[in-house]
Amino acid sequence: MNPRYILGRIGLWLSVFVIVSPAILFFLWMASLSLKFEIDNASYPPVFFPEHIAWKNYADVFASNRFLTYFTNSLVVTGCATALAMLVGVPAGYGIARMAAHKSAIVILIARITPGLSYLIPLFLLFQWLGLLGTLVPQIIIHLVVTVPIVIWIMIGYFETTPLELEEAALIDGATRWQVFRHVALPIARPGLAVAFILAVIFSWNNFVFGIVLAGRETRTLPVAVYNMISFDQLSWGPLAAAALIVTAPVLLLTVMAQRQIVAGLTAGAVKGG
Amino acid sequence: MSVVTQASPAAADQAAPAREWRPPSYWPFVIPALVVVLAVIIFPWVFTIWMSLQEWKVGSPTVFVGLANYLRLPTDPRFVEAVGHTLSYTALSVLLPLVFGTLAAVVFHQKFAARGFLRGIFIMPMMATPVAIALVWTMMFHPQLGVLNYLLSLVGLPPQLWVFNPTTVIPSLVLVETWQWTPLVMLIVLGGLAAIPTEPYESAQIDGANFWQVFRFITLPLIMPFLFIAGMIRMIDAVKSFDIIFAITQGGPGSASETINVYLYSVAFVYYDLGYGSAIAVVFFLLIVALAALLLYLRKRLLWTSQLGSEA
Repeated sequence: MNPRYILGRIGLWLSVFVIVSPAILFFLWMASLSLKFEIDNASYPPVFFPEHIAWKNYADVFASNRFLTYFTNSLVVTGCATALAMLVGVPAGYGIARMAAHKSAIVILIARITPGLSYLIPLFLLFQWLGLLGTLVPQIIIHLVVTVPIVIWIMIGYFETTPLELEEAALIDGATRWQVFRHVALPIARPGLAVAFILAVIFSWNNFVFGIVLAGRETRTLPVAVYNMISFDQLSWGPLAAAALIVTAPVLLLTVMAQRQIVAGLTAGAVKGG
Repeated sequence: MSVVTQASPAAADQAAPAREWRPPSYWPFVIPALVVVLAVIIFPWVFTIWMSLQEWKVGSPTVFVGLANYLRLPTDPRFVEAVGHTLSYTALSVLLPLVFGTLAAVVFHQKFAARGFLRGIFIMPMMATPVAIALVWTMMFHPQLGVLNYLLSLVGLPPQLWVFNPTTVIPSLVLVETWQWTPLVMLIVLGGLAAIPTEPYESAQIDGANFWQVFRFITLPLIMPFLFIAGMIRMIDAVKSFDIIFAITQGGPGSASETINVYLYSVAFVYYDLGYGSAIAVVFFLLIVALAALLLYLRKRLLWTSQLGSEA
């Protein structure tokens, strides 16, 4: 333990602290805003630890009957869009990886580059024409634009690294392609499935742009509901911050708990929705 | 790939060793996804191009107008202004995260306790719901009650109007974008650092190079390809940035932060001018492709000149 080593360690921890603090301080401030009464939120200089904690802000958010509707909407849209994407995307990733059809990745690249809004114009007209606009179906379908490319992209990467020997052995033993996929390839790719699932859930849950166009009063998802709170209903900061924290809390928890999978997925595909 | 042979799969499985018969029989795995991609990605694209050739407003009959919508773009001052905003917003939102992300990656490449957990904390901004984040930043930007002006006053700087002033609105939004997306650059560069062999560092140590020299002459050239990828991804995302801008300023004050994407939203879903909106969408996409091509070209140029430099 020479002094130079100790100095280096101190320097390292200082830089770690500097780098992580913008994220930590932001979310702590968010929590602080959500737990303060109006009088504390409007005071100058700002108060970080209030004398009285306003749990009421959270109670208010949950008590408004619409909030539960919007929460359910978000669950249904994200749940269906992710499940459908896994259902079609995982086999597709397998097929593309085994066929070595790398050119098909261009479609995914185009999907990645295209601004989300440009899907909205034609699909909006289509949904209007089909008379689906009052339901959650349009949002589930359009969220596929985000979730399907993520799942396919990540699964191609995983299936390309899984060994072929086992699959070939199973084929020689008389298994069909489907059986090989179901009982040999899929179990090996389980870590990849987790990565694809988690990222699809997060990017679908966070999506905002599809909702503001397609959602009606009854079909809003949480991000759209929070946006509408800013512009119309609420002017007091406490309940607003509480609502924002409730919306993003599941994602933040997932990020910290599954950071290994998320990091693996993001560095492999560097995907992002919308 | 176009010819699908209908050989009996079972017989082929027995006879041929793995590779020859592979392509056709994997098609059933891909077809469901192909249908979905055709429906939600390819169809909207074709339809958008077709719509961009029409005078198409919701509630009135459509008329074929050829390229009129495209010719309208350069004469539309709001669109021209939006292109300028988009480019300056994008340039800043690529450069700043690249710089900070690289520094952060160098730190996260060291070994220290709870590194995984802290990395998880560090990437929270990019995973969090953008609208929720935007809401809190809006409160922090508040000129009287916001915590940012309080922090400025602590270090003796005058209070700012942040997103409420046309000259500071884009830098303020870039601040949010940088805070949000620096982690992505960090992750990509971190992947690059992990792939660097240790030999150059060992010989540099023997030669007595200091930390800065090691970074400048060994680390930086070796992570260049990763920085390029990060820059490319950052560019694509920054050009398309919507949630943060829309939720914080809606393009305001006035139209000071109206980017192409925000303007596209107004044209298509506030004025319901779908034909013109489609033309904007097409041009917008082409602009992103052009920017990506420009970056690729620059990289080729840089590689070429640096190779030339090392040969000379």
